[in-house]
Amino acid sequence: MAYPTNYRYTKEHEWIQIEGTNATVGITDYAQSSLGDIVFVDLPKVGATVEAHKTFGSVESVKAVSDLYAPMSGTVTAVNDELTSAPEKINTDANTTWMIKLTLSAPAEADALLSAADYETFVSEETGH
Amino acid sequence: MTEAAAAPALRRTALNATHRALKAKMVDFGGWDMPVEYSGLIAEHMAVRTGVGLFDVSHMGDIQFRGPASLDAVNRLCMNDASKLAVGQAQYSAMLYPNGTFVDDVVVHKLGENDYLLVINAGTREKDIRWVRDTVGGMSSTHISDYSDYYTQLAIQGPRAAQVLQKLTDTDLSTIKNYWFTWGKVCGLYNVMIARTGYTGEDGFEIYIPSDEPTSARVWNEVLAAGAEFSILPCGLGARNTLRLEAAMALYGHEISDSVNVFEANLGRYAKLDKGDFVGREALLAVQAAGGPQRKLVGLEMVERGIGRDGYPVLSLEGQPIGVVTSGSPAPFLKKNIALAFVPVEFAGLDTEVAVEIRGQGVKAKVVPVPFYKRAKV
Repeated sequence: MAYPTNYRYTKEHEWIQIEGTNATVGITDYAQSSLGDIVFVDLPKVGATVEAHKTFGSVESVKAVSDLYAPMSGTVTAVNDELTSAPEKINTDANTTWMIKLTLSAPAEADALLSAADYETFVSEETGH
Repeated sequence: MTEAAAAPALRRTALNATHRALKAKMVDFGGWDMPVEYSGLIAEHMAVRTGVGLFDVSHMGDIQFRGPASLDAVNRLCMNDASKLAVGQAQYSAMLYPNGTFVDDVVVHKLGENDYLLVINAGTREKDIRWVRDTVGGMSSTHISDYSDYYTQLAIQGPRAAQVLQKLTDTDLSTIKNYWFTWGKVCGLYNVMIARTGYTGEDGFEIYIPSDEPTSARVWNEVLAAGAEFSILPCGLGARNTLRLEAAMALYGHEISDSVNVFEANLGRYAKLDKGDFVGREALLAVQAAGGPQRKLVGLEMVERGIGRDGYPVLSLEGQPIGVVTSGSPAPFLKKNIALAFVPVEFAGLDTEVAVEIRGQGVKAKVVPVPFYKRAKV
């Protein structure tokens, strides 16, 4: 699956779609594929603040737990509640299945994130393919 | 430029290339390069519960005892009573240290008079074989052989397993009872050991074929082809773990180890203390004399939202640490979050509420009967 070029990426395998000072966050297709069948997602509440590079929640497959890292700092404005009952949607389409929406507090943090092409290179180096 | 010290090469079963061709996700399991999943853990788990699945379990070890003293050797090493076995019968057992804790759990097969095969765990193979030689190697009239690399061991598991394997053999599988075995022609190979055993809580068979690569791959593919009408899936160690956990079967290094005794692990029914002396017996008698173990393995079901996992602390409802989860996972068939855990005996009663500490938070769980899953008897 291709990585959308209008998203930015972290080395912890999150994507972020930025529109002005608003942003939407999810995990990458590589992340969902590495995890396997996702069965549980733990997300912050609306109003919580998240900080770039710090954990904001966790995602669990049958066999593993993985922390979620905030790509950028901000305040949570929406949480995808659908994932409580249907976390497997992340496996089906990681690119469009969002987890949280943010109001960004430091939009310049975007400069430190990876482009789709950089992320793809990073993943291929990590997996040795 | 200096090269970093290379990690020791992972061991491979004869089916390694076959797994890779199937695009299995591979992991290091006790020093073995093994498939953890192919199409997906949940799909594989469900295939075994509702249809049939195929596992490569060739990493398991095999130790054979032959000669007039072989029964004495097996009965000195293992806690169950091998003298009760008929030829063609198998039993769950374990080798213990003198203090009553586990060297390994094993399945003892009586191949013939004075002829026994112990199937042992992969991660403990070398340790087990050393233990066997150190403990009974000096006995005269028993010959001990390590046949671990001689067999490719395939597990065909699930309610459709018998129908699938029956297509590949002229042996009438309906005559093999649970935990019995025979020899027969399978996929054109003579004298294949066919055992009605497994590690999934489901009906099924384990077959032992020659471990050369072409034969192993051919039989693997013939089983998959025979199972196609039942949507057979190749299954990895991920599903093997969740299947055995639903069935509350012990895994070495988790529920049993060199720091867990037989009674703590709830396996006392397999320890035949009156069969005569065996390694670990004195210690088990002492545990009994002291009124039983202080802690016990129990089944937990998460009551609140959260997944208790291996190594997570178990707390009282007041927040005091009281124990530890040995294996915990979502249960794909039961659709619950389950765990096995050690708790003090006063917390071991059914419906006792405890908490599992998940990322700093106490999440409520309760003690439930084990096994979590029991197949319907036909």
